[in-house]
Amino acid sequence: MPDAALEFRDVSFSRRGVRILDRFSLAVGAGEVIALVGRSGAGKSTLLKLVNRLLVPQSGTVHVEQRDTRDWDPIRLRRRTGYVLQDVGLFPHMTVAANVAIVPRLEKWPDDRAHRRAVELLDLVGLRADAFADRWPDELSGGQRQRVGVARALAIDPPLLLMDEPFGALDPMTRAELHAEFRRIQSAVRKTVVIVTHDMGEAFALADRVGVLDDGRLVVCDVPAALAKSTDGRVRRLLDAVLSLRGGDA
Amino acid sequence: MSRLIGFWATHIDELMRLIAQHVLLVAASTAIACAIAIPLGIFAARRPALASPLTVAANIVQTIPSLAMFGFLLPVPLLGGVGPRAALVVLILYGLLPILRTTIAGLRSIDRSIVEAADAMGMTAGERLRLVELPLALPSIIAGVRVAAVVGVGSATIAAAIGAGGLGEYIYRGLSMVDTTVILAGAVPAAILALMVDGLLLALERGLSRRRRDRPVLAAAATLMLALILAATARAARPGEGAIVVGSKNFTEQLILGELLAQAIERAGLPVERRLNLGGTLICDRATLTGDIDAYVEYTGTALTAVFHRGVDNDSARVFDAVRQEYARTGRTLLPGLGFNNTFAILVRAADARARGLRTIDDAARESPRWRAGFGYEFMERPDGYPGLAKTYDLRFPQTPRVMDLTLSYRALASGQVDLIAGDSTAGLIKGLDLVQLEDTRHYFPPYDAAVVARAETLHRYPALRSAVEVLSGRVSTDDMRAMNYAADVEHRDIRSIAAAFLARTR
Repeated sequence: MPDAALEFRDVSFSRRGVRILDRFSLAVGAGEVIALVGRSGAGKSTLLKLVNRLLVPQSGTVHVEQRDTRDWDPIRLRRRTGYVLQDVGLFPHMTVAANVAIVPRLEKWPDDRAHRRAVELLDLVGLRADAFADRWPDELSGGQRQRVGVARALAIDPPLLLMDEPFGALDPMTRAELHAEFRRIQSAVRKTVVIVTHDMGEAFALADRVGVLDDGRLVVCDVPAALAKSTDGRVRRLLDAVLSLRGGDA
Repeated sequence: MSRLIGFWATHIDELMRLIAQHVLLVAASTAIACAIAIPLGIFAARRPALASPLTVAANIVQTIPSLAMFGFLLPVPLLGGVGPRAALVVLILYGLLPILRTTIAGLRSIDRSIVEAADAMGMTAGERLRLVELPLALPSIIAGVRVAAVVGVGSATIAAAIGAGGLGEYIYRGLSMVDTTVILAGAVPAAILALMVDGLLLALERGLSRRRRDRPVLAAAATLMLALILAATARAARPGEGAIVVGSKNFTEQLILGELLAQAIERAGLPVERRLNLGGTLICDRATLTGDIDAYVEYTGTALTAVFHRGVDNDSARVFDAVRQEYARTGRTLLPGLGFNNTFAILVRAADARARGLRTIDDAARESPRWRAGFGYEFMERPDGYPGLAKTYDLRFPQTPRVMDLTLSYRALASGQVDLIAGDSTAGLIKGLDLVQLEDTRHYFPPYDAAVVARAETLHRYPALRSAVEVLSGRVSTDDMRAMNYAADVEHRDIRSIAAAFLARTR
């Protein structure tokens, strides 16, 4: 992909002698939603941390907007990259509004502008600002916390959004609701999105393309319809888990 | 109880000044300990290799008894010596550990995922510390500050031993006078102070950890309270600028002499700061060298042996001269003696003395084959103690003298359990128990003539000082000193008024 928003080129990464990524390559186009599926411990979180330079590859390169992450100022890069963490990681000593407005605050926005933005984003993720802005994170349900996490990641309108098992810890109902919300938000904001998940169903529900990660390598990456017809054993195993849950009507 | 309240009522100005000094000492030392320990804790929290040796070092400091710490610091230039500065150093050292420990613990207890989120949001290390880590660790840090401050209120009472003032002054004064009321006069406000500091900082800690919307208000209120207390005490504790600092050692007679000296100087219209009750001869001596105190009363025999490390000499004039020269060499002036000699006194019951016509120790030697003697531990061992005395006067007691506590020996003599003891010549109990001192006609005991030692520089700077002090020269007899000690030790009268009454008579 000549003008990819994000590209992994032959990236290898190991930790304590264990190879997590092995010559991993992938290009993501601007505005594309890509989901990477793999078992727990398959190196999915590591992939995301390589994008915003919380980690750097031991060999190969990662390019954001055609620029090697090593050449980015890490602080600039991270502020331009929305990140929804696996366990949300809201700051417990800040109100919901303050959590959402944290990156604008780091960017030295005037207070009133940051606050307006927080209100706008809370509306976008379906939380009424007048009811939620002044609440504390521990007063929220899991689903509400996830929404705040998404709002925080979008605060300064970053072109790139990384989501690490964003809806993993939620009950199926809330999850389905948030999937719909995500599609609605994405149609409004059009970000380049990388989602990592262990759940093929979630990947199918959210992504334009789905990649399957196995043993540190990208086995396949294709649109859901094509992937569904795959005969690869590693892909089938993940697919069958979803099909059995849905009663086989995918 | 009513005595205690009475004491406070008559000493209200002094009490307020001591409380103010106490609060200021604790506040300043805790603040400085924070300024050192919190940054150090932040630095160490992320470096485990550094954190444990630091904590161990702080732990070791904590186990040194505070009096020993003052002793170690005494000869250290800049940090040590006598006065508030040295006390501040010791209190800071004690405050470091709790604050250091809770800072490290507070930072380490922060959830990994929250730190990771801060990094992922693109915070610099400084922003992460300021916006996330410190606010989350703050309740823990405040808890450490609270421990440091409360421990500080307790430790600060010991600061009085090196003349740093504070409520410990009453405690030490009470201890040396064996007067429970005076001890309580210092101990009770110190305890209340500790409870208040604890409560206030606990409120601050709670206010910070409760994460309510009114939290800034609560924290601001507590901070304002602390600031107000500090401002008030800073005003009250301000020492007299350019005052002459009068010191004393830590027993009743020295407190009286210090007060006498201070009041005599005040009568001449010169400003005086009292730094009484210092923890011993060597502390007073060093303080006059460094200028921490300007004058105090010393005994010639003590100066000769303990300060200048010279051999015992029995001639009063020779000793005075030798000591005066030694002082002159070290920038100090020994003023003419006050008029009494606080030496060992061989004591018998006044009734016996009258009945048998006893006046000198030679007279007692005649009676010794029929008598029992009782001596303090120290007197039995000292080179100028019992063995030499027995030889000089040919004392022949049928049994070896009974060894007993010095204070108890007075009572043992009065109640007839022993017939002769060696006490202090100026002890108030001599008067109180109707005892008589036998004259040392053979000059066996070295002289301990009381005289004022003053810094030469101070005498030079205040020309009126010398004559003000010399008002006392030759005017305080052994009987006078006994009477004043009696008034303080036995009648529990206030030292200031004892000194004032004496000065009024000598005019």
